[in-house]
Amino acid sequence: MSRTWIVIPLFNEAPVIGSVIKDLLPEFPHVVCVDDGSTDTSAQAARAAGAVVVQHPVNLGQGAALQTGFEYVLQDPEMSCVVTFDADGQHRVSDAAAMVARIQSGEADVVLGSRFLDSRTRIGPVKRMVLRTAAVQSRWSTGMPLTDAHNGLRAFNRHVVSNIHLTQNRMAHASELIQILAALKPRWTEHPVEIIYTQYSKSKGQSLLNSVNILADLLFR
Amino acid sequence: MIIIVQVVLVLVVIFFSLMLVRGGSNAKHMAVRRIMVMLFAISAVLSIFFPTLLSQLARLVGVGRGTDLMLYAFIVSFLVYMSTTHQRFRQTETTLTKLSRRIALDEAERPWESMPAVPGSGVSAPAVPGSAVPGAGVSGQTSKETVASHPGQGL
Ligand SMILES: Nc1nc2c(ncn2[C@@H]2O[C@H](COP(=O)(O)OP(=O)(O)OP(=O)(O)O)[C@@H](O)[C@H]2O)c(=O)[nH]1
Ligand SMILES: [Mg+2]
Repeated sequence: MSRTWIVIPLFNEAPVIGSVIKDLLPEFPHVVCVDDGSTDTSAQAARAAGAVVVQHPVNLGQGAALQTGFEYVLQDPEMSCVVTFDADGQHRVSDAAAMVARIQSGEADVVLGSRFLDSRTRIGPVKRMVLRTAAVQSRWSTGMPLTDAHNGLRAFNRHVVSNIHLTQNRMAHASELIQILAALKPRWTEHPVEIIYTQYSKSKGQSLLNSVNILADLLFR
Repeated sequence: MIIIVQVVLVLVVIFFSLMLVRGGSNAKHMAVRRIMVMLFAISAVLSIFFPTLLSQLARLVGVGRGTDLMLYAFIVSFLVYMSTTHQRFRQTETTLTKLSRRIALDEAERPWESMPAVPGSGVSAPAVPGSAVPGAGVSGQTSKETVASHPGQGL
């Protein structure tokens, strides 16, 4: 008996989190939301929708929330696979299921979602450029031939999760994670995923200016 | 000659800055910082009584006037201050993260503990639902919700 856990970093996504969880549950019955000190009703909505909610008392950032989620699911002795999934409804459950299948078949230890492997994702040219640049940067610094960086949809097997210790609390954790993987050298692969840019997620998502903060977080440790 | 002095000065500044930047807040670095503050205060007082002293010193090390020397000292100490503050800020953040994570994990319910033990799974006897949740006010409610919302979890 092995369980796949979905880890959702959750911060002020009350309007959509309920439906995101409702979509996940038929496929993945074990969902944990790490509520990061949301000031709206996100935590209640997630709980009502049927997820386990782990609550940070204060806002620490997405990276900190993911690490908390990892440590939570590692407590489950039956956990064999972990998927990170965004709360804002930008990911497809079917993509996650396909990624988990590749882990469970033993094909890979880590499956990273990439929005640039097929043409499903509709993305603005500037954002595309920033993300591609970030991917090239991680490629240079780690030697891992990545096509996407900062994609929230990833799947790990238990062994890899137990070796992840994120110290970047905010968005720079994505680069940190790649560095950890580069040192850990698991069998990894990328999987084409669609990122759905709805009006809602566009209004809430990362401003491109935040890439400056990510760089600063990475440089001034 | 002046060039050599300047190079040496720059090296000294870089060395001290790096040492203070990297060291964090252990006692040794705190002591060095305090000595630097003391030296700064003493030279400030001395320059009040002997206004030309600083200028002489400045000429000696080849940086022009005494005011320039003060400016350089100020810039260096400001940079050091900035980076030590940054360091301490980061340490505080790490501590806060660990603390918050501990609280979050301790308060979270663990649905697998209330599931029927699977043979050979290594899970010990199921705990009382919600027993690990401090704060009796919420524990009953949350565990009830878990049971209701994970229909397939007994499998
Ligand atoms: N726990 C936690 N989660 C966060 C925080 N900020 C964002 N998130 C979550 O992280 C996920 C992705 O956040 P976004 O801001 O959409 O970032 P993104 O998807 O990388 O960027 P976009 O492509 O612009 O949407 C969502 O599930 C958010 O709820 C935070 O401070 N703490
Ligand atoms: Mg998003």
